[in-house]
Amino acid sequence: MSEEGAAAGGAAGEGGAGDVEEFVLETAPFDPRFPNQNQTKHCYTSFLDHKRCVKARGEEFAACDYFRRVYTSLCPNAWVAKWEEQIQAGTFPGNI
Amino acid sequence: GFQNASSPLMEQLIFFHDHTLTILILIISIVGFNLFSTMHNTNIDQHMMESQGLELFWTIIPSFILIFIGLPSIRLLYLLDEVYNPAITIKTIGHQWYWSYEYSDFINLEFDSYMIPSNEMKMNMFRLIDVDNRMMVPLNSQVRTLITAADVLHSWTVPSMGIKADAVPGRLNQVNFYTNRPG
Repeated sequence: MSEEGAAAGGAAGEGGAGDVEEFVLETAPFDPRFPNQNQTKHCYTSFLDHKRCVKARGEEFAACDYFRRVYTSLCPNAWVAKWEEQIQAGTFPGNI
Repeated sequence: GFQNASSPLMEQLIFFHDHTLTILILIISIVGFNLFSTMHNTNIDQHMMESQGLELFWTIIPSFILIFIGLPSIRLLYLLDEVYNPAITIKTIGHQWYWSYEYSDFINLEFDSYMIPSNEMKMNMFRLIDVDNRMMVPLNSQVRTLITAADVLHSWTVPSMGIKADAVPGRLNQVNFYTNRPG
């Protein structure tokens, strides 16, 4: 059962000051490569893209962060944890 | 009937349903009346064989009726497939026998949502539907929900928004909806 809460303006971590900051909701945008209902590939491709980007450009490269945010928003945490474990163990089936 | 709509698409679906059902009831009552009155009418005209005019009439009129039904239908069909940029993504994961929700856009918020059993229920709760932690959704926002399952096939639905999608392990089904009513 879903219940709608307050509108998208809310205190983002403010204490007792009484100020309300404007908080903009942002998430992974529409990707025309994956227009249909099945978003599995979208999640997996973003994960791969992030790992390849980090491998090619290093951890600190700012543009890789886009892929990281997309796969964090889209992929269930259980899947990400499993893939990370596989990468650590060297058994990840994808091509990084 | 349907539950009251909580999203603009569901409102459109309900309007279309009412529009089509009205036409159907009109047609069925006209035809039913003709049938009934013919059955109980003992006057027979033995010279009445065919009539081009009448047949033309009752071919053209239904084609207009069908166009009248079909145009809103096509419009709604394409409306349902519109492309959106959502404001928030919520992952819905089905387990046996509860749902867990993940809100990962900013902070990684995860929680499980169990049904409240009837013996623990209070009088102001929905029996068999109410849960301990409800999935909260921002108002006046486009929401994207990605539905999957951890073990077996499940199905996730919100009837008042006209949403239903299967939760398949290993697959992420995306459902978009716009919230315009609280509740």
